[in-house]
Amino acid sequence: MVPVEHILYLAALLLTAGLAIVIVKRNAIMVLLGIELMLNASNLNLIAFNRLQADKIDGQMFSLFVIVVAVCEAAVGLAIVLRVYKMYQTSVPDEVSELKD
Amino acid sequence: MSLTNIMFYFFALVAALSAISMIFVKNVFYGALLLIVCLLSVAGIYVLSFAEFVAVVQIIIYAGGILVVIIFGIMLTSRMAGKPLLVQHGNWFPGLLVSGVMFVLLITLLSQQSFMQPSLPPQPEKQIGNIGVGLMTDFVLPFEIAGVLLLAALIGASVVASTMKSNRE
Repeated sequence: MVPVEHILYLAALLLTAGLAIVIVKRNAIMVLLGIELMLNASNLNLIAFNRLQADKIDGQMFSLFVIVVAVCEAAVGLAIVLRVYKMYQTSVPDEVSELKD
Repeated sequence: MSLTNIMFYFFALVAALSAISMIFVKNVFYGALLLIVCLLSVAGIYVLSFAEFVAVVQIIIYAGGILVVIIFGIMLTSRMAGKPLLVQHGNWFPGLLVSGVMFVLLITLLSQQSFMQPSLPPQPEKQIGNIGVGLMTDFVLPFEIAGVLLLAALIGASVVASTMKSNRE
């Protein structure tokens, strides 16, 4: 079987790729996609550690609840993006700067 | 090298390549499609890790739910119909610095640890039944809270995104 470390390396790569997307992209929808990627990296860790004690299902249950929270976050986040687009005619987070000065 | 190992490394390669190319792609629609490719290959890794139920949930929710919602979001926020929604890049240096340093740190820390060897589940065919029993016994409180959270997110998202005139406008 595949050792646990290799799954953890993949999860680390997905997490840092999501972080880079969140920082680099200047579009709110791409930022949401990056957050989804980071949540999936955490899920991958949970599943990988669940394999160490295969008679338990705690890791799988926890990843199910993480998926539920990710869905809620994506729905509410996209609703906020649509609302901001309607008010400011832009989906670039840096241009919504009314509180700046 | 057994077949499951080859399949694991194939899925891992696909997931890693699509995640990395998401950083550099300019079209938001292509970004959404690359995210789905990445999530589907992660679901393949779940299947190989004896988490079939999580894999099916991942495919149903992400490919069936999140992708549709994101594509609606892309369609509704593109300024001109017919033109692709392009994204500008900024903060290249701090973004790549932070993520690169974090990646190197994680890899070095993980390579110093020694983990137990994974074990086969005693009854792989009963895994989904165990999850169902667990949802109704040990995990019934988070299950109910997840239901309330979903309801709250449904109401909140539809209120925030609705175009109904409120009194303050």
